[in-house]
Amino acid sequence: MSIPAELKYTKSHEWVRLEADGGVSVGITHHAQELLGDMVFLEAPTVGRKLAAGEECAVVESVKAASDVFAPIAGEVIAANAELEGAPESINSDPYAAWMFKLQPANVADLDALMDATAYAAHVESEAH
Amino acid sequence: MLIFEHAHPGRRAHAQAPHNLAEASDLPAELLRQSKPLLPETSELDVVRHYTRLSQKNFSIDTQFYPLGSCTMKYNPRACNTLAMLPQFLSRHPLADADTGQGFLASMHELQEMLRDVTGMAAVSMAPMAGAHGEFAGVAMIRAYHDARGDTARREIICPDAAHGTNPATASMCGYTVREIPTDRQGNVDLAALKAAVGPQTAGLMLTNPSTLGVFEPAIVAIQKVVHDAGGLSYYDGANLNAILGRVRPGDMGFDVIHMNLHKTFSTPHGGGGPGAGPVGVSERLKPFLPIPYVIEERGDYRWAEEGDCPRSIGRLSAFGGNMGVLLRAWVYARMLGRQGMHRVAEFAALNANYLAAELKRAGFDLAFPERRASHEFIVTLKKLKDATGISAMDFAKRLLDYGFHAPTTYFPMLVPECLLIEPTETESKETLDAFVAAMVKVRDEAQLEPELVKLAPHSLPVRRLDDVKAARELDLVWKPPL
Repeated sequence: MSIPAELKYTKSHEWVRLEADGGVSVGITHHAQELLGDMVFLEAPTVGRKLAAGEECAVVESVKAASDVFAPIAGEVIAANAELEGAPESINSDPYAAWMFKLQPANVADLDALMDATAYAAHVESEAH
Repeated sequence: MLIFEHAHPGRRAHAQAPHNLAEASDLPAELLRQSKPLLPETSELDVVRHYTRLSQKNFSIDTQFYPLGSCTMKYNPRACNTLAMLPQFLSRHPLADADTGQGFLASMHELQEMLRDVTGMAAVSMAPMAGAHGEFAGVAMIRAYHDARGDTARREIICPDAAHGTNPATASMCGYTVREIPTDRQGNVDLAALKAAVGPQTAGLMLTNPSTLGVFEPAIVAIQKVVHDAGGLSYYDGANLNAILGRVRPGDMGFDVIHMNLHKTFSTPHGGGGPGAGPVGVSERLKPFLPIPYVIEERGDYRWAEEGDCPRSIGRLSAFGGNMGVLLRAWVYARMLGRQGMHRVAEFAALNANYLAAELKRAGFDLAFPERRASHEFIVTLKKLKDATGISAMDFAKRLLDYGFHAPTTYFPMLVPECLLIEPTETESKETLDAFVAAMVKVRDEAQLEPELVKLAPHSLPVRRLDDVKAARELDLVWKPPL
């Protein structure tokens, strides 16, 4: 299982990357795509939508199940990955390149409350009982 | 091969065509179509052979053990079909006067009463035409009840995380927000989380009992008290009613509203998108809100209820008498069983499930909840096998087809990794169950010794492993003629 050290993580298995322009990219982790199986559909949020932390904002669907993706922190959607919507299998093949949407954080310090790679690895382990 | 691919221009089944084709000459020219409709041009014999071949390819409950159980469809006794197809029923016009249909209406009323009796509710309406429709009716009544009392701040429906996906979907359709509560390690509703979740915003709780995890909620009385004390109502999802039919009644458990899937519990046909029937039962306080149609009996006379009979009803949910053909089959089924027979349904459904669970456990399979008694279904997890061999629950399920067994439900509930949800139902013999255990053991051996054999299964069916990913990504549902 791959958990890049430079990213932040949520309990609901999103990864979060702070970009150079101050925006944050969001996708789902290697562990999440593995649980869900082969992806067949992605619906990303519309640009301009304002999200609260933890709000449902995207949907991924695999052959096994449909699952919500949650906003890791509060912010406004500044980009949605239309290319990924056309090729959802990229979520399986390269989950950390497969960003779903970008947020302009309401408060960039909110990122500090998210898990780092070590804490996320422990979280995944604890969920496996 | 599709029926269209058997077609040949100009070929007809003359014996099947109407003799007097009506002239369309009185229609305005601009409304007449310019091209022929795209219909397969085939002979009668082409059609007979095509559909007979398709039926031979079918893997069905009429040909094989089908451990999807009542979750999908139980065995349909032939008598139900035969009697519901009597010409006196089939030829009845849906708008015929009550005077000329007293026998039919009496049957419908009797079914209503039998469903009421076996669930312990105060009244039943047979209006909803599917399980999801029944859920909608149930939650709409919860909403109507709160609204009628001016209690409009109740905006939230609570669903356990093990709930069927239709429960939160129904709550949303009825304008509620959904609050999810967790399940504890034994598969029960987390009572502390439920207590923390209820409040003046609670409209109700939707619960399946036995749950989708195949276990009975032992704290059901405490759960009801928490919800009712908070001013909420409780909804019984009838998906697993087969487990407790007549033995434990949702009304006695304190539920305010219940829907029943007649195809799950009362052996009516299902599949291909319907038709279904999802009657609803209610407690005394929800009675005024029941949807129509339902049958009213007055001094031995039967008639359909009208809007005027029930001014506070949530309204008419189906035309005429609902899915009458399906309801008739359920009525025959219930009449054949009688009250004692219905009790035996639950007894044998539970006995078969527990026997199968015990035998699979003895054969070394991991039960998801080994300390719990199974209800009418139970869950096996293949996580260890997957970790050791790479063989997934889906591979395993596909290989079972080669041994003549329909696959159990796979990957539901999502709470259990690599799971098979197994429900034999009451109609299977010990010999069938033993043969299924032997096949499970055989496939597990193969997974360890010849994993490729399992990964590429099925090998013996008319079609090999289908590419379900490609099918979902590139949906192609409409046939077009080749250019």
